[in-house]
Amino acid sequence: MNGIAKKIILLACGLVIGFINGFFGGGGGLITVPVLERVAGLKTKSAHATAILIILPITVASAVIYIIAGKFDFGYGLPAGLGVIAGGVLGAAALSKLSNKLIRVAFAAIMLAAGIKLLFF
Amino acid sequence: MEIVRIIVLALAGLLGGVFGGMGMGGGTILIPLLTIFGGVPQHAAQAVNLVSFVPMAAGAIILHIRNKLIRFKGALYIIIPAALSSAGASLLAGLTEADVLKRAFGGFMILLALYSFWSEFFSQKARKAKLPAHDAPTV
Repeated sequence: MNGIAKKIILLACGLVIGFINGFFGGGGGLITVPVLERVAGLKTKSAHATAILIILPITVASAVIYIIAGKFDFGYGLPAGLGVIAGGVLGAAALSKLSNKLIRVAFAAIMLAAGIKLLFF
Repeated sequence: MEIVRIIVLALAGLLGGVFGGMGMGGGTILIPLLTIFGGVPQHAAQAVNLVSFVPMAAGAIILHIRNKLIRFKGALYIIIPAALSSAGASLLAGLTEADVLKRAFGGFMILLALYSFWSEFFSQKARKAKLPAHDAPTV
């Protein structure tokens, strides 16, 4: 793949990643990681780290629009947000201690169950 | 009752945060946890995820820059179109009925889960057969 083709693919992937992250309020990072690995040729760790750099400005843009539209509620946001921060520290600390494959399969199973519940029930 | 709800919201955040801290897309799990167990409306759950991601991501980026894991080169090729489509999609989400958004989100999660299962169990050989990935991006 030459440089120009790669740039065009990255631009197109950017459009898709942004649309998903904005429309669903998340999930863009999960798609960014394989794009960075397969198109940009990054190693897994770098792809995960760089995906956060990419998703942050996109998320800020979306968050501002959600807030202006009156969709953000502190009553939900404060307790959940504090939980997220505490969980983030725990998750980062646990990463090196648990089997990655086991976590990824557990994560996929939870997503599948939640997806079925949301789509059909 | 109010206290119970606050605890459920905090626990949902905690679990989403654990996955997020492990770099696995915590938001994708946080949103359904908030809607299914916390009774949070779909749009509000999505807004909570977006807002709570910002401080987490800022902290993580500082850490990753120190560890020299971030590759800046080429990132703008994704960021610029993504920021534009993200803004448009956020406006579209605001106009979409909550039930439609919830079901679409469910479909998106099922696709992500199937992709994860596939890449865990069926793509290993294909990955191993590939040439080793190099660290520097080529764009």
